[in-house]
Amino acid sequence: MMHERIELTEQQKRARRSRSLAIGLGLAALVVIFYIATIVKFVNHTM
Amino acid sequence: MALLEPTRSDETQLSEAVAGDYLELLKPRVMSLVVFTAFVGMVAAPVLPHPFLAVVAIMAVAAGAGASGALNMWYDADIDAVMSRTSRRPIPAGRVRPGEALSFGLVLSVLSVMTLGVLANWLAAALLAFTIFFYAVIYTMWLKRSTPQNIVIGGAAGAFPPIIGWAAATGTVSLESIILFLIIFLWTPPHFWALALFKAGDYERAGVPMMPNVAGEASTRRQIFAYSLLIAPVGVLPWALGYASLGYGLVSAALGAGFVWYAWRVLVMPDEDRKMKPAKALFGYSLLYLFGIFAAFLADVLISRAFGLAGI
Repeated sequence: MMHERIELTEQQKRARRSRSLAIGLGLAALVVIFYIATIVKFVNHTM
Repeated sequence: MALLEPTRSDETQLSEAVAGDYLELLKPRVMSLVVFTAFVGMVAAPVLPHPFLAVVAIMAVAAGAGASGALNMWYDADIDAVMSRTSRRPIPAGRVRPGEALSFGLVLSVLSVMTLGVLANWLAAALLAFTIFFYAVIYTMWLKRSTPQNIVIGGAAGAFPPIIGWAAATGTVSLESIILFLIIFLWTPPHFWALALFKAGDYERAGVPMMPNVAGEASTRRQIFAYSLLIAPVGVLPWALGYASLGYGLVSAALGAGFVWYAWRVLVMPDEDRKMKPAKALFGYSLLYLFGIFAAFLADVLISRAFGLAGI
């Protein structure tokens, strides 16, 4: 069985880290937003 | 053995796009205008939402606008590549692949509409979904390449944010928010035609039928002036209809007079003027005008609310 491995260049590694960080932060922000918004909507039925 | 051969073709190329490239797909400068106008629409509404939900709603509108920008860049990559103003965008520059931009735009569209629907209301979400559809499909895929009226009709997409902001706060659409829509709608053609005058070569190369390339520069200059005569009184409408104070009326009238003056200078611009300073000046002024009108309206609403005044 032949295994093909692709070695990432330094630039590709940096780019992937940048994208992963952005996705992680984005998802974390969504969790926080929906958590707070749920509390706010429970307490305050204005919207 | 074809099956065992390595396949480092285009399909297995690894992306070198960084987060900033995806941010660029969202057209941050357009997004900032969307955020501002949606915010004004929301603050002008008689019912103020909870501040946290208001911020989230504005962020959702911004994300929706950004998503439509990404879809626009995906579809228009061929045009962008041959225009000096857009050739360094992520897709034509080769930093983001078209498929990635398409996926990003679609996911962000769904996410922004669902967020607005769940956390604000479904009327605002439906308006945002329609705006994304209008910009990405009606304007980008259809009108832009087929008619010189592209930005006249397509301008509606950029004019919706104040209506969405108002709807997010109230769950309704009102005459006040429709007037804010009209201001942006009538502002769009002279703004983009001023740009198209001094970037006519770019649009010509890209095969985009902008007004100067189809109807000629003289006709475009006349139409710019005609629109300036329309936008100046419409900008004053919030005062005339009693939604804003005399202070706003005076500021908007002065800004409108400035618009007509800059458009007049474009109208009388000599045919042989290739530097087109009046067109560039109008383009710059039109940005100032839109910001000024909405800032004046916002200030008027806040002052009226603080001092309990209205329609004075």
